[in-house]
Amino acid sequence: MLTMTTAETSTMSREIRLTDALQTDLKETARKLRVEVIKMLAKAGSGHPGGSLGMADIFASLYFGGWLRHDPKNPLWEGRDRLVLSNGHICPILYASLAARGYFPAEWMASLRQVDAHLQGHPAMHKTPGVELSTGSLGHGVCGAVGMALALRADGGDRRVYCLTGDGELQEGLPWEGFMSAAHYKLDNLTVIVDRNDAQIDGKTTDIMNIEPLGDKFRAWGFHTIAINGHDFSQIFAALNEAERTKGKPTCIVAITQMGKGVSYMEKEGYKWHGKTPNAELAAVALKELGA
Amino acid sequence: MKATRDAFGAALLELGKENPNVVALTADLGESVKTGEFARAFPQRFFQMGIAEANMTDVAAGMATCGKIPFATTFAMFGTGRAWESVRNTVGYPHLNVKIACTHSGLSVGEDGASHQMLEDVALMRVIPGMTVVVPCDYPSAFAATKAVAAWKGPVYLRLGRPAVKIVYEKECPFTIGKGNLLREGGDIAIVANGPLVAFALEAADELAKQGIKASVADFHTVKPLDTELLLALANKCKRIVTAEEHNVIGGLGGAVSEALAKLRPTPVRFVGTQDTFGESGKPADLWKKYGLDATGILKACKELL
Repeated sequence: MLTMTTAETSTMSREIRLTDALQTDLKETARKLRVEVIKMLAKAGSGHPGGSLGMADIFASLYFGGWLRHDPKNPLWEGRDRLVLSNGHICPILYASLAARGYFPAEWMASLRQVDAHLQGHPAMHKTPGVELSTGSLGHGVCGAVGMALALRADGGDRRVYCLTGDGELQEGLPWEGFMSAAHYKLDNLTVIVDRNDAQIDGKTTDIMNIEPLGDKFRAWGFHTIAINGHDFSQIFAALNEAERTKGKPTCIVAITQMGKGVSYMEKEGYKWHGKTPNAELAAVALKELGA
Repeated sequence: MKATRDAFGAALLELGKENPNVVALTADLGESVKTGEFARAFPQRFFQMGIAEANMTDVAAGMATCGKIPFATTFAMFGTGRAWESVRNTVGYPHLNVKIACTHSGLSVGEDGASHQMLEDVALMRVIPGMTVVVPCDYPSAFAATKAVAAWKGPVYLRLGRPAVKIVYEKECPFTIGKGNLLREGGDIAIVANGPLVAFALEAADELAKQGIKASVADFHTVKPLDTELLLALANKCKRIVTAEEHNVIGGLGGAVSEALAKLRPTPVRFVGTQDTFGESGKPADLWKKYGLDATGILKACKELL
């Protein structure tokens, strides 16, 4: 069961408590989402499994833990919160979440990345219900999320924007322009979640172009900054609650995650599974490990 | 003599009164791009974004997803050059209702020189699928264009200039996006122009008339979608076309006209514009003269065809 303190005014914050039962549910949901990620990417034959699996626990929390106020039957409902996937390449986990919430038929996942498909290789808002912004080219989603947060706040209410970004993505300059403007405008309705898996196409982020000290950078940029284990639901919920309570500045949650989480050979080989899909044999191994 | 950027500022202020969804963003150039009046009248709908044009463009896209009609304003160099990929991927690809409104286009930026004289912006915006590109020629048409651009559904690039330019539309100013205005009819040659070159095209036509040559002059304020109906009529009637624009001859109005004519009715064309070169510092009029972007330059191009 989850309890929700409904905000009476926009200045009050929600709190969502993680009960044991909810945690059990979310773990099972995340497992199922990971299964769908492997299935759709093995079928597609190209795409990005590592980050998709690594962010499954956070997606389960946002879409199934009561955080995103949304209506899958009315994807453009004005009162909804927004989720922008700035690291758009991990869209298989977004698609799995949207399908599970009923935004579109599960069969769509079988045609991921194929011609005429609803599900593009990177998120396309005009093709897929529930996708809030077309992303893929790194950095832009952060800035688009800032625009949403500004517009939603200007219209009143307590609608929130969750922006997911990758640690490799933060090597771009553009997202820092966005972060600067988010802090300048004191966007406390914006929660940025960084997938800190220390992995990108060519290697470990630390080796390719070091972005540390990341927490210090966000603090210097004017963010309330929280570091968590991105696979620990109690830490995820605590951080999301803290973001809700934080007023006068945006929040950044640096989520330390394991690329390929849940599939042993991907966890072991890390960045090599950033943008490579398993063949049939390896997909079967992955599905077995995930209890499919 | 009035600047198109001033018309933009006045029209934006009016739009602010008419439509609560109109918002304006700028990148530390508010007074230069003439968003000042709007900012003072509607402080809650004005967003100063600092010197960060790519972010400004993406922010505008995010606002558009929430039902706003954002005007993202800066100099043409930065709004279409620096921020090109934001325009392409975050505005153009999802076809969001963002208006990229840029002043200080072309050589007539003047003394600041080549780094700030955007001569490739029409080409850069025109190649983006679904983008509408509008280049008004004077104060009344820039005012009407701004209003039309706000009412238009989808992304638009509105190209404006810095210096005061001659008024072409003294009386009425018909303005429909995608419909060129035939300003003068003659059967010997057609001059298809936009921006500040429209006034020069009329001057050139006057000079030609003195020599007994009858020229048509058309204001093609919309480069995309191009008014192919009017273009074809001009090609059929005059059989010779000169394009004139404050832009590189590659990829702008001349390019659009040639692409259309190659398909509709192959017609000899000459191109007035910068000849694949950068500009330099100088007074706008001196620069226009040096680079052949004036009545003399247009006359010369006409003579090549006649």
